[in-house]
Amino acid sequence: MFRRTFLKAALAAVLIAAAASGHSAAHAEDASFIVVQSTTSTQNSGLFDYLLPIFTEKTGIEVRVVAVGTGQAIKNAANGDGDVLLVHAKAAEEAFVAEGNGVERFDLMYNDFVIVGPAADPAGIAGTGDTAAALQAIAASGATFASRGDDSGTHKAELKLWQAAGVDPAAASGEWYRETGSGMGATLNAAAGMGAYTLPDRATWVAFENKGDLQILTEGDTALFNQYGVILVNPEKFPAVKAAEGQQFVDWLLSEEGQAAIAAYQVDGQQLFFPNAM
Amino acid sequence: MQDLGGAFGEALRLIVQLDRDLLEIVGLSLRVSLSAVALAALIGLPLGAVVAICRFPGKAIVVATLNTFMGLPPVVVGLVVYLMLSRAGPLGELGLLYTPSAMIVAQTVLVTPIVAALARQTVEDMRSEYWEQLHAFGVGTGGMVATLLWEARLSLVTVLLAGFGRAVAEVGAVIIVGGNINHVTRVMTTAIALETSKGALDLALGLGIVLLALVLGVNGLASGLRGMVARHGHA
Repeated sequence: MFRRTFLKAALAAVLIAAAASGHSAAHAEDASFIVVQSTTSTQNSGLFDYLLPIFTEKTGIEVRVVAVGTGQAIKNAANGDGDVLLVHAKAAEEAFVAEGNGVERFDLMYNDFVIVGPAADPAGIAGTGDTAAALQAIAASGATFASRGDDSGTHKAELKLWQAAGVDPAAASGEWYRETGSGMGATLNAAAGMGAYTLPDRATWVAFENKGDLQILTEGDTALFNQYGVILVNPEKFPAVKAAEGQQFVDWLLSEEGQAAIAAYQVDGQQLFFPNAM
Repeated sequence: MQDLGGAFGEALRLIVQLDRDLLEIVGLSLRVSLSAVALAALIGLPLGAVVAICRFPGKAIVVATLNTFMGLPPVVVGLVVYLMLSRAGPLGELGLLYTPSAMIVAQTVLVTPIVAALARQTVEDMRSEYWEQLHAFGVGTGGMVATLLWEARLSLVTVLLAGFGRAVAEVGAVIIVGGNINHVTRVMTTAIALETSKGALDLALGLGIVLLALVLGVNGLASGLRGMVARHGHA
């Protein structure tokens, strides 16, 4: 009994002290800010570092990005822990809105997935251009393939591609099919280390610095299209959502100015995201 | 493939340039982990001492629990604190998620059992030495806790350093409850995780070396402090 009370008192003390310490932080409360739940691809590619200062300068609204896999981002937003959701898994996004967690989903921009693999190309897929054929060749040859395995947008897209190719990679999990259960960057690091094939989005791939001897082997197939969407988290369901500021961010992204800013972002002279809101 | 030499070069470059972002990240790492250790000391030291001094039914279970919780996986702590602080959770009203405060809470939960368990062992080892004397003077439990903690202060500095080492080195808890938000909740370990995921292994390893140097600095300060205390004690 005493221990219970003591623990409760201790927890309260910790929370009060922590809250006090948090309030003293220079950044904490002095400006208006929103929290955006988003994906590692948008952050790791450097898009946000380019885009957000433009928006903040214009509106004075600071944008705090939590970059996790699409699955986790949607989960976090469904707990009300975020004001805007910016991810790439259309079906899951529509379900998010249908469940009342989001106001409305808008197409924002797209890029594409590519299949990268070791230069030696043991499955011989270079220049196929046909994703299904490339995946079938990888499965048939038993060459190692590194999957995200983390329920992210990229992972969902990859599973759809396997399905379209008529291959069940789960049956080979632990053999040639390796599920890293981590982000795109970590999976690329693993693929570079194992000499494996993998499926990154082009933005993460171009910005990635540890390519090793990996290179793009299959690209340009319409099946590799990767659509991003943006959703304001529903303030009616979650009163803490900063609806006005969040809406301002969504509106700006979808505006001519925001779309132009997305198109202007380049790495190594290469455009990484293609706006398609209008 | 990147080499370690590149990492040392990167670490040196970071330190020499005194990059503003780096200073901010280092500052937040120190603030979060030192706050967590201070709170853990406030809770854990008396808790450990009370468990060491008092006899009560189920003491063995409490001791075993404390010792077990030294091995709490940071990612589990992060998840539990996330569920508590989430808008959908019981403490969501406080709006602490994705702030340094949330990170302090998580690390405090992580470090308190370490401080308490090690303090308990330290105090218990001294207990037999002081027990009769204090008992003869009619010192109560509270007085005994205070006296024994004071007498054990040199060893307890090491206990707190162990707690600090745990806090400043963990990534699993702070990345979940802090969100690794640039300029807000990014600390050394989450920055290292981010750079690794970008494939910038040189920079990631360089940051790792800076982190080690930081821990070395804190240890140096602590041992200097201990030396001063020890000398005062003898004077």
